[in-house]
Order: sequence, then C-alpha cells, then structure tokens
Amino acid sequence: MIHQVETPIVELHDITVSYHKKPVLWDIDLTLPSGSIIGIIGPNGAGKSTLLKAMMGLVELSSGYVRIFDQDLDQVRSRVSYVPQKESVDWDFPASVLDVVLMGRYGKLGLFTRPRKADKEVAMECLRQVDMENYAGRQISQLSGGQQQRVFLARALAQEADLYFMDEPFAGVDAATEKAIINLLKSMSKQGKTVVVVHHDLQSALEYFDWAVLLNLRLIASGPVNQVLTPELLQETYGGKLTLLAAVGDLLTKKEFPSRE
Amino acid sequence: MEAFWIILAGTLVAIPCGLLGCYLILRNMAMVGDAISHAVLPGIVIAFFVSGSREPISMLLGAGVLGLLTTFLIEFFHSKARLQTDAAIGVTFTWLFALGVILISVFAGQVDLDQDCVLYGEIAYVPIDLWITGSGIIMGPRVIYIMGIVFLLVLSFIVIGQKQLFLTTFDPSFAAATGVNVALWHYLLMGAVSFTTVGAFESVGAILVVAFLIVPPATAYLLTEDLNKMMLITTLLGLAISFIGYHLAVWLDGSIAGAMSVVAGVLFGLVFIYKEITSRPALVN
Ligand SMILES: Nc1ncnc2c1ncn2[C@@H]1O[C@H](COP(=O)(O)OP(=O)(O)OP(=O)(O)O)[C@@H](O)[C@H]1O
Ligand SMILES: [Mg+2]
Repeated sequence: MIHQVETPIVELHDITVSYHKKPVLWDIDLTLPSGSIIGIIGPNGAGKSTLLKAMMGLVELSSGYVRIFDQDLDQVRSRVSYVPQKESVDWDFPASVLDVVLMGRYGKLGLFTRPRKADKEVAMECLRQVDMENYAGRQISQLSGGQQQRVFLARALAQEADLYFMDEPFAGVDAATEKAIINLLKSMSKQGKTVVVVHHDLQSALEYFDWAVLLNLRLIASGPVNQVLTPELLQETYGGKLTLLAAVGDLLTKKEFPSRE
Repeated sequence: MEAFWIILAGTLVAIPCGLLGCYLILRNMAMVGDAISHAVLPGIVIAFFVSGSREPISMLLGAGVLGLLTTFLIEFFHSKARLQTDAAIGVTFTWLFALGVILISVFAGQVDLDQDCVLYGEIAYVPIDLWITGSGIIMGPRVIYIMGIVFLLVLSFIVIGQKQLFLTTFDPSFAAATGVNVALWHYLLMGAVSFTTVGAFESVGAILVVAFLIVPPATAYLLTEDLNKMMLITTLLGLAISFIGYHLAVWLDGSIAGAMSVVAGVLFGLVFIYKEITSRPALVN
C-alpha cells in the first residue's frame, strides 16, 4: 500500500542507506504530501531516524536521490528544519535556553553577523509558542526532559521553515506537553507547513497524523493514515514481535478505525 | 624587566591555549593537546633530516604537519573504526611517539637530537632569547613575537568562528542540517590547536602548554554555565596563573613552568572545594 503523491514536498527515489556496508534502509521509494502532519512509524531499529537523516542529507546514500520542494536539498536548506532526538546532545553544555533557540536563526545570518535584536525577538516569540518564555535565561542544564524537548521545538520554529523533520518529539514528555506539542504541530500544518514526525505510540497515531509511513528496513506502507494503520500492514511492520502484536490487536478491535472524513 | 617578559610570555601562551581548551573539553577532546605534544616527535626528526640542521622554522613545520596528521588520524579512528574519542587519541599518539623514538635511536650515532631540545622549551630563557635583526637592532624576546602572532590568530579565529564553533560543538547534526560544514570547523579547531601547541612548546615547554589547555577551562567550567563567561574566566585565570606562578618560582627559586602549572592546579582545587561546600544542601537538624 504505497500511495504516491502528484506534487510531493519530499520525494525519495530508490534510497538505500548502509552503515559499515550493512544496509539499514532498503530501496525506499516514497513521496509525501505537502501541508500535512506525517508520522513515520516502525519498531526500534527500523531505520526511522536514519530515514530522517537521509532526507536531511546527514547520511551518505548508497543509492538513490532525495528531492525536496522538487529541488536539491542544498538549494532549499533554509526552508527545512531538523529536530534531532534530544538525547543526541549534551545538556550540561554551558548555554542558556535563549542561546539554543537563537541557533535556529544562524542559517539566516551570514558567517560574521551576530544575532540581532530582531532575531532575539523571533526567538522569544518561539519560546512563547512552546510556553517557555519564562525560561529564556535559564541554563539548559537545569531543564527537565520535557522542557528540553520544548526548547528544541522553539529552535526549530525560529528557523521559520516550511518543512519540519522531528525525531521523536514526544519521547519522555508528559501528557500535557504532548498535547501542547501536537496542538502546535496542528496549527503549523494549518498555516501550510509540513511536519514529518517519528513516532512510537500506535494508540495516538490515528489521531495525530494525516499521513503515515510504516517502515521496517523496507517501506511497508505510505498513505492516508486510516488506510495505512490496518491490522495486516501493522503485522507486516511489527511482524514476529508477539507482545506488541497482541497490543496492536487489542487496539484494532477497540478502535475499529473510524474514518476521519 | 625579566619578570615582565616571562609573565607576558606565560599570558600569551595561557590565553590562546585556554580559549581553545574551552572547546576541547566541551568536545570531550581535552587530551588532544597532550597527544599532539608526543605525536610531533617523528615530524621533528624528519624535519631535522630534511633540513640538516636544528633550525627552528623547519622543525616547527615538521611538528605542525605531524600535529595535523594526529588530529586527522584521531578523527579517522573515531568515525571509521568507531573507537571512542579517548581510545582513538591514545592509539594515535602512542605509536607516533614510538615511531619518533625509533627514528632517533636508529640514527642516534649521527644526530645530536633529542626530544628535549625542541619540545621542552624553557620559559626562563624567554628574556635572553632575543630577536636581533640583520643590522643588529635588538627587537626584544623572540618568543613574545611568536606567541603574540599565535595569540592574535587564535583570538580572531575564536571571534570570527564564534557561532559556528558553538553550534558544531553543541549539536553537530543540527549544524550539518543547516548547511554548516561540520568537518571543516572540526579541522580548523584542531589545526588551531596543533599550531598553538607546537608554537608554545618551543617557547615555554610542553607541560605548561598541556596545563594551560586543560586546567583553566576546567576551572572555569566549574564556575559558570555560560560559554562566553567560561572563556572570560579562562582568560583571567591565565593572567593570574602566569603572575602568581612566576612569583612563586622566584620565591622558591624553582622551575617557572612547574610553579605556573602548580598554581593552575591549586586554583582548580580551591574552586572545586569551594563548589563542593557551597553546593552541599544545608543540613536540617
Ligand atoms: N551511526 C550508526 N552506525 C552504525 N549503525 C547504525 C548507526 N545508526 C544507526 N545504526 C543502525 O541502523 C539501524 C537503524 O537505526 P535507526 O536509528 O535509524 O533506527 P530507529 O528506527 O530510529 O530506532 P529507534 O526507534 O530505536 O530510534 C539500527 O539497526 C542501528 O543499529
Ligand atoms: Mg531513532
């Protein structure tokens, strides 16, 4: 079940990625629709983070190519934003919350230009959107996990991009933060922005996303969320993991997949 | 006057080493300076054979090339062989140093060369090692010029590259995603470190260089959580260490480099104890 889109915002053509000669993504051929919230779903080690990195040009491709806005990534970097997994950085680093959010502005500044007042205002506005404006001067070593995630989101917002790639923005945040983040993503998508999110929780996937991509080394499915999250496709994605399968089965019988239309 | 030149030389080494050291410790690469101090030995020996003399420029060049090679190899073992950074550092410098030792022992009969003569410059000789022009004008201590240039270059590098160094140190994958050339900035930083350490070895000796690279930034790291303040504190510490260290050495009639390194260590210890006492939660009866 792989839906292709007419005028995609992201197009992956026959992508294969290997780490140390071992392929971790096989022959991914994929198009994503613009203006939607897209979930990338699959078990641990399925290659979800790697897929995001491939789209951002952060890993070498063994084969294939990526087109974003129908152009080469290098031509459109300023319109694309990347939110790494928050575990990927050292939060004991000597920097304040505002310092980190201002990093989102660097792409718009030249090599020698330092952030100006206008950049600081944008950064503060972004902090406000994630409810962190009172923490601007706080050292990042003093943040909780959920607050760290919000800071990363604010940094991405400060990039004022059109396309956002987020690696597990809901990992380790409480229910209230998760809700705040998903509302933010929804309002972004209403403004015509596209958000691609790596996500783990099947329960909420139906509610959060417009489009879903199922991945397990190979592309299992890609399409509108209610057509993709079916028992057969989920079984194919999580195949063999019995406990998980049982949980998925429960979920499926409970929810019966209401149509979103 | 002698005191002035020695303290100035100490400061001119301390500040660039400390500023670069701030980034090194934040990148978990604090021991790179120590590695370079050992790994440059084969470069010095080869330079000696190529140029046939102990003339300092070619030796600095040989050492500089090896310094850069060292940083390349460390990065190579780290990213390609997936060794931890500290293991990659250890593997790289030990075999390069050993190679230098072998080169010296093989040619021991023919050369008057040992590590001491180049690597362990002596800060006490700064005031008498003068730069005299062809027409006989005395321009002052040679080391002040060398380290003055290093100081200015490193300072401009840190100021110009401030954003990129901060970004690539804190979050390299985000930096790469925004189009910053992460590898380039890594090698610019490592290049600056090898250039500074090699220049400073020749001027003031290796122990002092390694001490200045690590101890003041580590002390400053304990005192602040702001990178700019960390660099400022490091700079002030460099000044204080040079000043106090010199006077301690005079008073004890001992080694100046040794005294400065000890002062650096003592200041670190005092700050550490201070932090331990102030951050301990108040006891409730
Ligand atoms: N830097 C790397 N070097 C070598 N192998 C890697 C590297 N990064 C990932 N891998 C391997 O590639 C595969 C896919 O990893 P990836 O991080 O993309 O999975 P993921 O779907 O994001 O998993 P998770 O849900 O645990 O985050 C895994 O088998 C992993 O071991
Ligand atoms: Mg991942």
